[in-house]
Amino acid sequence: MNLTLKVWRQKNSQTPGKFVTYKAEEISPDMSFLEMLDVVNEKLVKTQEDPIQFDHDCREGICGMCSLMINGEPHGPKRATTTCQLHMRSFNDGETIVIEPWRAAAFPVVKDLAVDRGAFDRIQQAGGYVSVGTGGVPDANEILIPKTIADEAFNSATCIGCGACVAACKNASAMLFVSAKVSQYAMLPQGQTERYERAKAMVSQMDDEGFGSCTNTYACEAQCPKEIKVTNIARMNREYFNAEFIKG
Amino acid sequence: MKLDAKIPEGPLAEKWSKHKFNLKLVNPANKRKYDIIVVGTGLAGASAAASLAELGYNVKAFCFQDSPRRAHSIAAQGGINAAKNYRNDGDSVFRLFYDTIKGGDYRAREANVYRLAEVSVNIIDQCVAQGVPFAREYGGLLDNRSFGGAQVSRTFYARGQTGQQLLLGAYSALNRQINEGKVKMYTRSEMLDLVVVDGKAQGIVTRNLVNGKIETHAAHAVLLCTGGYGNVFYLSTNAMGSNVTAAWRAHKRGAFFGNPCYTQIHPTCIPVTGDHQSKLTLMSESLRNDGRVWVPKTVDLSQKLRNGEIKAKDIKEEDRDYFLERKYPSFGNLVPRDVASRNAKQVCDEGRGVGKSGLAVFLDFSDSINRLGKDTVAAKYGNLFDMYYQITDENPYEQPMRIYPAVHYTMGGLWVDYNLMTSVPGLYALGEANFSDHGANRLGASALMQGLADGYFVIPYTVGDYLATIGPAPVNTNHPAFEQTRKEVEDNVKTLLSLKGNKTVDEYHRDLGKIMWEYCGMSRSEEGLKKAKKLISDLREDFWKNAIVLGENEEVNQSLEKAGRVADFLELGELMVDDALNRNESCGGHFREEYQTPEGEALRNDDDYAYVAAWEYKGKNQPEELHKEELVFENVKLTQRSYK
Repeated sequence: MNLTLKVWRQKNSQTPGKFVTYKAEEISPDMSFLEMLDVVNEKLVKTQEDPIQFDHDCREGICGMCSLMINGEPHGPKRATTTCQLHMRSFNDGETIVIEPWRAAAFPVVKDLAVDRGAFDRIQQAGGYVSVGTGGVPDANEILIPKTIADEAFNSATCIGCGACVAACKNASAMLFVSAKVSQYAMLPQGQTERYERAKAMVSQMDDEGFGSCTNTYACEAQCPKEIKVTNIARMNREYFNAEFIKG
Repeated sequence: MKLDAKIPEGPLAEKWSKHKFNLKLVNPANKRKYDIIVVGTGLAGASAAASLAELGYNVKAFCFQDSPRRAHSIAAQGGINAAKNYRNDGDSVFRLFYDTIKGGDYRAREANVYRLAEVSVNIIDQCVAQGVPFAREYGGLLDNRSFGGAQVSRTFYARGQTGQQLLLGAYSALNRQINEGKVKMYTRSEMLDLVVVDGKAQGIVTRNLVNGKIETHAAHAVLLCTGGYGNVFYLSTNAMGSNVTAAWRAHKRGAFFGNPCYTQIHPTCIPVTGDHQSKLTLMSESLRNDGRVWVPKTVDLSQKLRNGEIKAKDIKEEDRDYFLERKYPSFGNLVPRDVASRNAKQVCDEGRGVGKSGLAVFLDFSDSINRLGKDTVAAKYGNLFDMYYQITDENPYEQPMRIYPAVHYTMGGLWVDYNLMTSVPGLYALGEANFSDHGANRLGASALMQGLADGYFVIPYTVGDYLATIGPAPVNTNHPAFEQTRKEVEDNVKTLLSLKGNKTVDEYHRDLGKIMWEYCGMSRSEEGLKKAKKLISDLREDFWKNAIVLGENEEVNQSLEKAGRVADFLELGELMVDDALNRNESCGGHFREEYQTPEGEALRNDDDYAYVAAWEYKGKNQPEELHKEELVFENVKLTQRSYK
C-alpha cells in the first residue's frame, strides 16, 4: 500500500504547530498503524529529519499510552480498537490519512502527537481509591460479591485511561473517564464507605483541570476503545447528587 | 567478595517469621526522616512505593511513561497464583512452593520461594480489599482456574486482564499516597545512573524526557523495580519502552547480575508475519486449559496447509498429532512453558509447522466449543479471541489459532539476597528486575505474585533493617559523587548525540535481536554462542561508529532515548551469551543442545551447576567476574522434571 499522511507537527506546547505531509510507501496491510508510523520514522531518521513523536508502549491495546486522532476519530475508524491494534488493512491503497494529537485544553501537546494526560492522574489521586493500607485486611472470601455486580464493576474497571473520550467530545469532557472509576467503587462493597466523598473529590478535580461539561452526545461511548458505557455517567451524576444530601 | 544470601536459619516454614522478628525496626517518628527512591511503577514498584509511604517513609517514585498506570505489568493476562486452597483440591503453601521450585528446574533458592508461596495468600486479600474486581462465582466467592505446571486450580483472575486490574489496584494505593503528600511522583523520567557514596547506594541520576534536564536525587535507599530485559531480543512480548538501562547502569556501579541467560520463551504467542513487526503479542497461557495444541502428522500435509491447498478442518482427526498430549499424558497441554515451547520448535524444525512461514502450531478450540458452547468459551477468553482476530484477521471461533513461542520474561536479573538487597548496600531490586524466585523457568501466573509479594509484603520489612543500621542523618545531593555521576551521564548523552552515521538505532536493535534469538534463544550450543559473542562485540563496535542519533538533549528526543537503551542491550547481550556458555547443562529455559536426555528433555548437571551465577562488572570491555552462590536443597529432592 502507498499512503499520504498529513501529520500534526509541533515542537512543544509553547510553539505553534502545523500539518506536514509525508509519504508512507510499501506498507503491508498486516502492519499495525503504529508500525506504519515506525516505517515512516525510520525513513525520516535516515534522511536526518526529526522523527514524528507519538506515545505508545505495550502495543497490545491495554496500557492506554497510544492515542492519535486518525481522520478525525480517536484511535481511528475501527470500533473498540486502540490505535496500536488498528491494522492497515482497515485503510485503502492511495488514501490520505490525517493524524492529529488529542485536542483538549486539559491535554497540552508535549510534542507532535504526544499530549500530557497528567490531569487524569490528578483526578485519580483526588479520590480514585479505597483507603486501605497494606496488611490487616479480611480474608478475600469474606467479602461476598454477587457475580452480576462483580461483572458490572469489572466493565467499568476496564478503562485504560487513554483519553479518547475527551478527544471525542466536542466539549472535551472527561465525564466518561471519571465516572468509570466512580462507578467501579460505587458498585462494589469495598467502595461504600467513601463513595460520596470520592464522587465529590474526583468531580471537583475534574472541573479544576479545565475539562468541559457533558451534554449527552454519547460520542465518548461510541469512540471508547474499551466500550465503557455512558450509564456510568448517569451513575456518577447520581452519586454526586446524593453526596449533597447523604453524609458518609 | 563473598556472596552472602543471608538466608535465615531454621526450618523452611519458620524462616520468614523468625527473620521478620529479627529484623531491626524504625520507630514511627523516625520513619519520616528517611527518603526512599523507587524506580518503576509496575506491580513491584507501585506496591512498594505505596506500602513504604503508608509506613511513613518519604518516597520519590519514577517512571518513564506518561503515567505510573502504564507500566507493563498492565499487560499480564492470565492470572495470579495463591495457595488459598479455596477449591479443596489439595493445594497448600508447601505445594505452591514445590511446584515453583520444580517448575524452575531446581535453580531457585528454597527460602525465597517458600516465602513467596507463604505471602501469596495475603496478596489476594489485599487486592480484594482495594476493590480489584476478580472473577467470581454465582455464590459471590472468588473463582479460580488452573494454569501450566500445576495440577491444582490456584490461579485467581480478572477475565484476561488480571495484570491490568492488579496494577490499577496498586496504582490506586499509590495515588492515595501521592494525594497525602507521602509520594512524590516523577513521570516521563528515566533513570540513567546510580549514585554510590562510600560504597552505599544514595541516589540516582535521571533525565527528564520532556525537557532533557539531567537531574540528581538523593535518598537513604534506592529500589529498582524496573522489570525485565526481554527486549534485548528486539521482538518480545514486552512493551516497546521496556529496557534494561536502570538495572544495567546499577550493574556497572557494582550490582551483580544473576543468571542473565535464563530467559523465558512463552509458547503461546501470535507468530511473526514480517520484518516490519515491532513486537509480539502473547495469547494467555490460560488458553491451554481449553485449547489443544497440534500439527499435522506428516510433512506432506503441513506443506499443503502452508501452500493454502487445504485448511485445518480438512485434516482428519487421525492425521493430527496432538504432540503435547501424546508425549506428556498427565499434564498434556498444561506442561510448563519451557517444555511446551521446545516441543513446538521441535515439530516446526521437523517441517510440520503451519502458517505461511511454517513457524507455528495450531491451538484448537473446536472440542471445547463443542463441549461447552461458544458462549462459555467467549465468556472465558472473549477478549483474547478478539485480540487474535484483530491482529491476524482470522476468526479463532471458526479456525484454530496459530501460535509460536516468543520471548516473554527474564528470570535472570540483579542478584539480591533474602532481603532483596543487591550487592550494593542500600540498593534493592524487586519483581522481574531481580533474579530470585523463578529459577531457570517461571510458572504461569507467578510473575504477578512475585511482583506484589516483593512490593507489599517483603520490602516493607527488609528495608527497615538497613535503614535502622545506617541511621536517619539527612542525605542530599551535595556529595561530589552526585556531580561526578551527573557529569558522566551528560558525557554519555553528548557522545550518543555526536553519532551521525548511516544506520538507525532500530536497525542495530533488530540485528542484535536476530543474533540473540538465533544463538541464545530457545536452544543454544557452544559453537553458536561463541559465534554470537563475536557478532555482538562487532555490532557494538559498529554502533559507536555508525549509528544515527538525531536532535538535541534539551527536547523530547526519542532517538536519544532509544540509543541509550540499545547501547545497554548491546552490552547485556554479550553477558547473556557468556552466562549461557558458562552453564554447561540444560535447565528450564536454558537449553544447551549438548546436554539433553535421549528423549530430548533438558539434562541438568546438579553436581557442577546447582549455583546462581552472579556476574561482576570489571570495567569497559573487560571480561566480567563470575561469583557462585551454591544452592542448597534441604526440603526437595532434585529429580529429573517429569510431566509425563
